[in-house]
Amino acid sequence: MDKKNLMEGITELSPWTDITPGGFVYGSGNSESFNTGDWRTRTPVWKQENCRQCLLCFPVCPDSSIPIRDGKRADFDFGHCKGCAICAEICPFGAIDIQTDGEGADE
Amino acid sequence: MSVKNRMSGNEAVANAIRQINPDVIAAFPITPSTEIPQYVSSFKADGLIDTEFIAVESEHSAMSACIGASAAGVRAMTATSSAGMALMYELLYVAASDRLPIVLAAVNRALTGPININADHSDSMGARDAGWIQLYSENAQEAYDNMLMAHRIAEHPDVMLPIMICQDGFITSHAIENILLEDDGPVKKFVGEYKPHKYLLNTEEALAVGPYSVSPFVIEMKRAEHEAMKNAKQVILDVSADFAKTFGRSYGFFEEYRMEDAEVGVLLMSSAAGTAKDAVDKLRERGVKAGLVKLRAFRPFPNDELAEALKGLKALAIMDRSDGFSATGGPLNAEVRAALYGKADTKITGYIYGLGGRDIRVEDFEDIFGELADMLTGTELPYCRYRGVRE
Repeated sequence: MDKKNLMEGITELSPWTDITPGGFVYGSGNSESFNTGDWRTRTPVWKQENCRQCLLCFPVCPDSSIPIRDGKRADFDFGHCKGCAICAEICPFGAIDIQTDGEGADE
Repeated sequence: MSVKNRMSGNEAVANAIRQINPDVIAAFPITPSTEIPQYVSSFKADGLIDTEFIAVESEHSAMSACIGASAAGVRAMTATSSAGMALMYELLYVAASDRLPIVLAAVNRALTGPININADHSDSMGARDAGWIQLYSENAQEAYDNMLMAHRIAEHPDVMLPIMICQDGFITSHAIENILLEDDGPVKKFVGEYKPHKYLLNTEEALAVGPYSVSPFVIEMKRAEHEAMKNAKQVILDVSADFAKTFGRSYGFFEEYRMEDAEVGVLLMSSAAGTAKDAVDKLRERGVKAGLVKLRAFRPFPNDELAEALKGLKALAIMDRSDGFSATGGPLNAEVRAALYGKADTKITGYIYGLGGRDIRVEDFEDIFGELADMLTGTELPYCRYRGVRE
């Protein structure tokens, strides 16, 4: 069974007639299109100059919010990051800072 | 072909289940519905059905197992009464919200406390807002017939809601009555196969059932559920019409008994209707224009149709077999009055009767019709009173 998000057409603006019966979620992988990053109260900041691309951070992220492209980590997916700071805790090189809201830049 | 037989309401419903041969039954024994899963277990042991019988540890689990089975894509059924239904309440709402066409054989019994095993409607009335279709049966024949129609109503693509088929505990569930039992072949043909649109055990399509719903979606989902319940009205009529064509017994939202020219009438549900019909016949012999409306479909509530049937009455008694504790009257009283509001000049009074299996007799109904006659000559009657209580 291929991962296929069949819920793209249903948004917070959809009329009730377009909602699936029982709120069934058709397909899979649709959590990608559901933006939960606005729950975040702390924000990780990636300091590229310190990063050695050891990739210890991405497997510990509970929200799969550290994307890997061509074998290297890229900047955070703030559409899904909750600011739990586990990545900052695991980073051996001080390449991730945690800012609380109001203190610094968010995205 | 119809075969004359004699059996209790529980046995009649169990035989309907045998003929339907559902995929899953998950049930926990509770008086007076215990016999239903008991008969079904025997049918399974005897090889008459290939139903998966799940002997759960509680009614909460029974409904949970039904939800899982129905979401998986099969026909799931259960039976319960009273406190057993109360233990299901949380899951009743889930089943309806998930739009799973589960069928429940409800044998109405007083809800504890005080603890009591006899008939009243407090159990299913407590579930009236759960989103389930509710059909009430006067006798074993109606319980059997309603059960044969249940799956087709619940599983209709425009509906997809769970349904409970209610009968009165002991009075109907345990009394042996004459009944016309249909042959297995025609029943299986009438009920048909269940082909769910989406289901969890489909290896071709991924699916999630019962997900958390954030605020931007909940009211839209409830609106859709509301529409499904509205759609159930036409489906109930269509399936009942096909049932009448196939088996010769006619049903609608309610039965009108001697209502053509009736001036005084009672409205009630389930077994007490049989007693009340005797009273109507007696009064008719004395020249009193008495009539009766027996509500079959309480959910969906046939608001306009009921108003049309009742508006010719000069006086009406609405009979509730549960209190509801609004401190005014029972739920049927409130909803029927609301249906008539602005549409009729009928004088209305309400009664709460038969709680915990308290008998209501033909003479009680004769008294009630007498009170309705008094209303016509100016006597004011209260919004609601208890009937058959020691005072």
